[in-house]
Amino acid sequence: MTRLVYFAWVRERIGKGEEDIDLPADVTTGAALLGYLKTLGDGYAHALEHESVIRIAINQEHVEHDEPIAGAREIALFPPMTGG
Amino acid sequence: MADAAPAPVIVRVQRDDFDAAAETARLVAGRAAAGAIVSFTGLCRDEGGRLSALELEHYPGMAEAQIERICRTAVTRFSLLGIAAIHRVERIAPGENIVLVIAAAPHRHAAFDGASFVMDYLKTAAPFWKKEHFADGSEGGWVAAKDSDDTALEKWS
Repeated sequence: MTRLVYFAWVRERIGKGEEDIDLPADVTTGAALLGYLKTLGDGYAHALEHESVIRIAINQEHVEHDEPIAGAREIALFPPMTGG
Repeated sequence: MADAAPAPVIVRVQRDDFDAAAETARLVAGRAAAGAIVSFTGLCRDEGGRLSALELEHYPGMAEAQIERICRTAVTRFSLLGIAAIHRVERIAPGENIVLVIAAAPHRHAAFDGASFVMDYLKTAAPFWKKEHFADGSEGGWVAAKDSDDTALEKWS
């Protein structure tokens, strides 16, 4: 099981802040994860429609979309950050 | 003279307000080498009276870790004597504080650069998001990231 966490409008569109999910074996990168999640329902498809703007963090570290996700305990998906 | 103690790095994410003067005093207490302090406070604008509040969301754990990483980079890069970064979360009304960055250094340029560097990276690399609530009761939606915040980073590369 992998813990997925969502923030801001990604969280709102998916309709939950976190979930534990069994990922298919062929979902091996951040990009593949986005593609897989988009098949899970309209909320996911809406949230992840523009894949290039989605930021990915593995175990609370920023990563690129082509980063392998093997062994990740926690994967976060969120929009560009607007703090400060 | 003995080696100075490591430069303090103070990072907090909190709901409550902060006291910039008290935080500054705490940061430089006992650090007589500090000849310059730059303190930046970011506030919630009212956007011409339209805005009733900002709602600040963050990624607990990662937010603190990212700010600390940025601060430690600034300490090394600008030879700071101390740095503090405090970011508020949850509901913030116009006129209230959002973020505080204090940089202490022997001379002014390092203190200015250190505070500016931390703010520039904090805006684009620390996981915080702002949602607007309008005075007419409507929800304004999530604040979009600005290209100008990304280009602000270029001067540090």
